[in-house]
Amino acid sequence: MTREAIFEKLNEIFRDYFDDETICLTDETTADDIEDWDSLEHINLIVTIEKEFGMKFSMGEVTTMKNVGAMADIIADRI
Amino acid sequence: MKELTYPFDAEQLLKKKKSLKRKLLEQMEGQPCITKRIAILGGSTTNDIKLMLELFLLQEGIRPSFYESEYNRFYEDAVFGNEELDSFSPDFVIIHTTNRNIMQFPQMTDSQEQITQKLEEEYMRFQRVWESLSEKFHCMIIQNNFEYPFYRLMGNLDQSDQHGRVNYILRLNEKFNAYAREHEQFFIHDINYLSASYGLEKWADPFYWYMYKYAMATEAIPMFAYSLSRIIKSILGKNKKAMAIDLDNTLWGGVVGDDGPENLQLGEETAEGEAYLEFQRYLKQLKQIGVILNVNSKNERENALAGLAHEAGILKAEDFITIKANWNPKDRNLLEMAGELSLLPESFVFVDDNPAEREIVSGSFPGVGVPALTSVEHYIQAIDRAGYFEVTSLSEDDLKRNRMYEENASRNKLLDSCKDYQEYLQSLEMQATIEAFAPVFMARISQLTNKSNQFNLTTKRLTQAEIEQMALSDEYITLYGKLADKFGDNGVVSVVIGQKKETRLDIILWLMSCRVLKRNMEQAMLDKLVEKAQAEGITEIHGFYYKTAKNAMVSDFYEQMGFARISPMDQEDEKEYVLDDLASYKKQNHVIKVQ
Repeated sequence: MTREAIFEKLNEIFRDYFDDETICLTDETTADDIEDWDSLEHINLIVTIEKEFGMKFSMGEVTTMKNVGAMADIIADRI
Repeated sequence: MKELTYPFDAEQLLKKKKSLKRKLLEQMEGQPCITKRIAILGGSTTNDIKLMLELFLLQEGIRPSFYESEYNRFYEDAVFGNEELDSFSPDFVIIHTTNRNIMQFPQMTDSQEQITQKLEEEYMRFQRVWESLSEKFHCMIIQNNFEYPFYRLMGNLDQSDQHGRVNYILRLNEKFNAYAREHEQFFIHDINYLSASYGLEKWADPFYWYMYKYAMATEAIPMFAYSLSRIIKSILGKNKKAMAIDLDNTLWGGVVGDDGPENLQLGEETAEGEAYLEFQRYLKQLKQIGVILNVNSKNERENALAGLAHEAGILKAEDFITIKANWNPKDRNLLEMAGELSLLPESFVFVDDNPAEREIVSGSFPGVGVPALTSVEHYIQAIDRAGYFEVTSLSEDDLKRNRMYEENASRNKLLDSCKDYQEYLQSLEMQATIEAFAPVFMARISQLTNKSNQFNLTTKRLTQAEIEQMALSDEYITLYGKLADKFGDNGVVSVVIGQKKETRLDIILWLMSCRVLKRNMEQAMLDKLVEKAQAEGITEIHGFYYKTAKNAMVSDFYEQMGFARISPMDQEDEKEYVLDDLASYKKQNHVIKVQ
């Protein structure tokens, strides 16, 4: 899967998850940019993404991921 | 909403919780609902538990508001209190603790006495939580028991040796159970069973604990919350009460009309036959906890009866209160059945192997429980896990309910043989007890206030704690009515609560079970109410009717009882009536002997 395709799919997942059609992800997007994305939502979002891509993040990755770009890199690596 | 009925897709629920909540609230707009204040006191993160619980409660027509403790502050909130919780004044408190919250586990070097000592201290910590909460709030308390630990230091010995954590948890759970048996308003949420059924390996994945201090995998949370919602809806009287069951390929394998009763799959001889037999046994057990069984089958009646007479069968024709075996649409049969039993269609679970029939019934009555049966070896789980009949208290009424319906059948026969209705009422030889609320009936009274919809003037829902307080207070005149006749005892069937305002009495609640409609019980209740009111110096009694989707049958009740309407005539949704001149009130009941 290309990085663009991963981004497209991530965008779809985020919109669906936060029930917000206006979300547009970039490499630099972080939790600060999306209103409902708090630490409590984070875990479910991660689990949802794992399911959609059929992969797992390690605990270390979840804690160090800086932004959506870093997330996409890990996904691209894994699948 | 389909997404929220068992078996639901946990992943989808977690993902779509926001849009689901929005849709549920839209659906509920303008519908009657129960509102409840629920405090979640957690020993771990509870955020998603709250969100999921909210969805499942909304689905049952219960609109919750929440208080959530700070992370792991369950003990402090309960025992030392805090202003926010105090002013929230919860109806329910959920104590969400898990084995992560056990402070003292046995050490290998501990003596048996030391271990017992630790156990006692651990238990007392929780008991303080419960006692402090119930003293302050008189609320319902739901407490998790403990799930098994995710590792076993000694392997299998962990379970039998007192030093083992598994053994320790079993002992602690049993102490919780003992408390539950002694306290009516205290309920154990059995997460030990739940986690086993879900798979402890997945449930206890420590990732979620280290990352977010969730004591279980987030994907297990929907099931956890569903299970919690079963307890709450059951306490609030929203259990299903009856089943409408198909016959061919549901109670036995094969089609009785085509194959003949002797060729049905039922009995120990074949694998399939054994599975149908076990399913019948399960249904028979449901009958023992008060579930009303009925047949809803497309069949010639005589074929249906021949199938039910199968010698290996556990369920016989007499196990069913009504048997609809005909060629009518099944939703129509269900509606008729509901009418005959004085129940609402939503009180039924419709059990049918045919998805098309299930679709028709859930299309006509969205509230009916419709388990998705697949193949016979999984029928029991499909019904059991859905928690339609979750038992939170086994009142005697539940245990006797089937007998009551049988007695009703005898009454109907008597009615057929009587010349007129008055003669029928006389020949029933009815006796009633009508008194102020008594401690033994509090659970039943609370159950009635929460589940009576049709004969209910104000649809005021009350917890047992509220009822107990009213019973003690001078401000209220409370009455329960118990009705028996020559065929049997109906138990407590009517509840009236009047609130005194100097010389005036406002009837804030008047309800009656529909199974004693047209028996003059309402007249007997009013006679007693007037008598009591006069004794307390009351000069006028005010009655109120608040319209809901379900209580049209009593919209003119007060007029029929001789009250005069004082609210404007064009106002139909909320009506007020008055009965004055109590001195010249004449008793209206002449057929029930009141003790």
